[in-house]
Amino acid sequence: MLKSPEDLIALQERVKAENNGKIILSLCSGTGCRANASQKVFEALQAELASLADPRIVLKQTGCHGFCEKGPILIIYPEEICYVSVKPFDARDIVAQTIAQGRVLDRLLWKSGLITAAHHSEIPFYKHQTRYLLANNTHVDPTSIEDYLRCNGYSALRRALFSMTPQDVIQEIKRSGLRGRGGGGFPTGVKWEATREAEGNEKYVVVNGDEGDPGAYMDRSVLEGTPHSVLEGLIIGAYAIGAKSGYFYIRQEYPLALENTRKAIEEARAFGLIGANILGSSFGFEVSVHQGAGAFVSGESSALLSAIEGRVGEPRLKYIRMSTSGLWGKPTTLNNVETWANVPLIIANGPEWFAGIGTPGSKGSKIFSLVGKVENTGLVEVPMGTTLRKIIYDIGGGIKNGKKFKAIQTGGPSGGCIPEAHLDAQVDFDTLTELGSMMGSGGMIVMNEDSCMVDVARYFVEFLREESCGKCIPCREGISEMVSIFNRIVRGEGKPEDLDFLEDLSVLVSEASLCGLGSSAANPVMSTLRYFRNEYESHILHKTCTSLVCKAFIAFHVDAAKCRGCGLCKKQCPVNAIYGEKTEAHVINQKMCIKCGACMEICPSKFNAIGKVSPVSQLQNLAP
Amino acid sequence: MDISITINGKKVSGKKDETVLDAAASIGIEIPTLCHLKGLSPYGGCRLCLVELISGKRSQLVASCGYYLKEGLVVETDSPRVKRARALVLELLIAAMPGSQEIQRYARQYKVTSTRYKRNLDHCVLCGLCVRYCEEIKKENCLGFVGRGVDREVAWAPLSKYKDTCEGCMECQKFCPTGVFPSNWGIAQNTLAR
Repeated sequence: MLKSPEDLIALQERVKAENNGKIILSLCSGTGCRANASQKVFEALQAELASLADPRIVLKQTGCHGFCEKGPILIIYPEEICYVSVKPFDARDIVAQTIAQGRVLDRLLWKSGLITAAHHSEIPFYKHQTRYLLANNTHVDPTSIEDYLRCNGYSALRRALFSMTPQDVIQEIKRSGLRGRGGGGFPTGVKWEATREAEGNEKYVVVNGDEGDPGAYMDRSVLEGTPHSVLEGLIIGAYAIGAKSGYFYIRQEYPLALENTRKAIEEARAFGLIGANILGSSFGFEVSVHQGAGAFVSGESSALLSAIEGRVGEPRLKYIRMSTSGLWGKPTTLNNVETWANVPLIIANGPEWFAGIGTPGSKGSKIFSLVGKVENTGLVEVPMGTTLRKIIYDIGGGIKNGKKFKAIQTGGPSGGCIPEAHLDAQVDFDTLTELGSMMGSGGMIVMNEDSCMVDVARYFVEFLREESCGKCIPCREGISEMVSIFNRIVRGEGKPEDLDFLEDLSVLVSEASLCGLGSSAANPVMSTLRYFRNEYESHILHKTCTSLVCKAFIAFHVDAAKCRGCGLCKKQCPVNAIYGEKTEAHVINQKMCIKCGACMEICPSKFNAIGKVSPVSQLQNLAP
Repeated sequence: MDISITINGKKVSGKKDETVLDAAASIGIEIPTLCHLKGLSPYGGCRLCLVELISGKRSQLVASCGYYLKEGLVVETDSPRVKRARALVLELLIAAMPGSQEIQRYARQYKVTSTRYKRNLDHCVLCGLCVRYCEEIKKENCLGFVGRGVDREVAWAPLSKYKDTCEGCMECQKFCPTGVFPSNWGIAQNTLAR
């Protein structure tokens, strides 16, 4: 139990001293790597290390390291040797060679062409990033508060409680220029100030951990990897605002984030960092975790508060600001996970430090989850204002398999698709909005020439239809109608006037909907109509899908000159649509073909005899 | 103390617990509504009562039924942006409930003569008047919403035992703008009687 700021400093010093000269094996154990047998790697390493029985060696499971493409990742400190795609059977060599004899295992290092990187910081994926929020993820055990204290954890809280007034804290957050990371981009300090100045003694602070965007997982990784940084930010916020209690709202699909957050709260309470008279000050704070019940719309602020209150997670009219009337009608500040995690950094390093990073309108760094058709998928933290090109090519390593870039979708399902012409755009709140997309929570999905933009828009609109709560008419019926139109278009039944109707529906849904889900739901449609209208037109007018995706417009065929009649495709075809004798060129019966693509996949690459064409009428031009 | 705002260029004053919709009505400006009923909490589901709120060069559409008066508000109830949004909502509504006199009248007012919606929309528009009436006025909670998105519907809670919870006052039915609830009620009663 820490009873004074001096106690905290003493404990931090003790933990640091204890860890001096230790060899730390830090194994990525985020959700992604766990699915990749990271737990087995851990057990194997544990078993091997037992034989050395060296107390200087510490093996720990950390949060997500971010380079998910190459997980599980093991970093050995202090040298920072980085092993990628580690398998359980590698444990023996790692311990026997690297740990016992200091020999680096070449086969486990990251390689690309002729370049090999032995150290974490030399890998281009990491080298071009600027990591503040994710810095602890590669070496701190999220289930140990002492490990967080080793990295000066809770020093920002100490500074806030003992050398700043609540107003000072708010002023620093305002000066830093921090804007909400959940998507809205509202200035955090202004929000806090309004809540502080609102009437009433009972106030709340809430963490929005309902990250529901497909392909986005930065909040999950922050909660899994450094739950204490979010908690510390929340306690500082509560002190600044004058709140005595707070909530973590975390979606139920994140069991590890829930577990680590609960553990962090428990430990913080045991150490006297939550509860009455924190570190001996007059400030007291209580916090609990609310597990979401699985609805995308619950990430919307008013719906989220309804859910915590025990009601259906559904948006309400919120023309009275939450800072005046939020949770149970009391003044409330709701911030995203990443926003809260920024707070200790700002208080510890000063607002000028934070304001020095980024662009005039968007300060600090932002975590993006880079997924899709890039070489290096994973979590990317860069200063605001970094160009899309740098994120995709320098960090992401470019497009997979040498394909051509087509678009990047930012901001989750209700974001927009940005084409190649804007790759040099700076990523910040305002630029993305101007381009018809949005920052959102920071999802980035890269698409290549094989992605049909009509199909992509259809996918996102369908997702939003499933997730619309149905309370207001435009969102419920408008999005559903959009899905019907998209289905017609990809079936080959689209009409030219459908594009006008889609545009009208976009206006309806974005102008008239009740909450943010509806008002941003048209973004994928509007941005693809803006940048890729030609694809819509070729679907409707020419029954052609240039990306060869939409089944109604494509046909598979066998190139008789290349086919050796191996019979693999014939065997693979689920509807027996392929015929031909052994060693003779095979033929696809177009009437029977269901266009599943199984034949194309199985055809040996040395033959590469099966192709796709669009429109279907192209088949006639092929020989014979 | 009275709050003064501007609606369509005219000064209007009202109390802070009054909405833009109330203030407009007080000077005879009609704003179409479907899910609004004086005495029930604002819901904001039908989106017909949208008005344009102007602040400097920027403006936004808000539901006037739930927007409480604030000093100096500048509101347009009939601007091109408002008209366009309402017309688009009405095009949807005339497909959903072609038989409603009220909707037809609004549709004529906003020059909506045909609809491009081909789907057979459920006749209940989920305005929630019956649900809110039972909850807020009768304090009974016999009705509620179930399902999400296009699967959302009004249900008696629980349907099979509605007689235990519902005293059968039938008051909720008189507000139904579609007429679908009274007929469903009849069907359900007959089914349960059997």
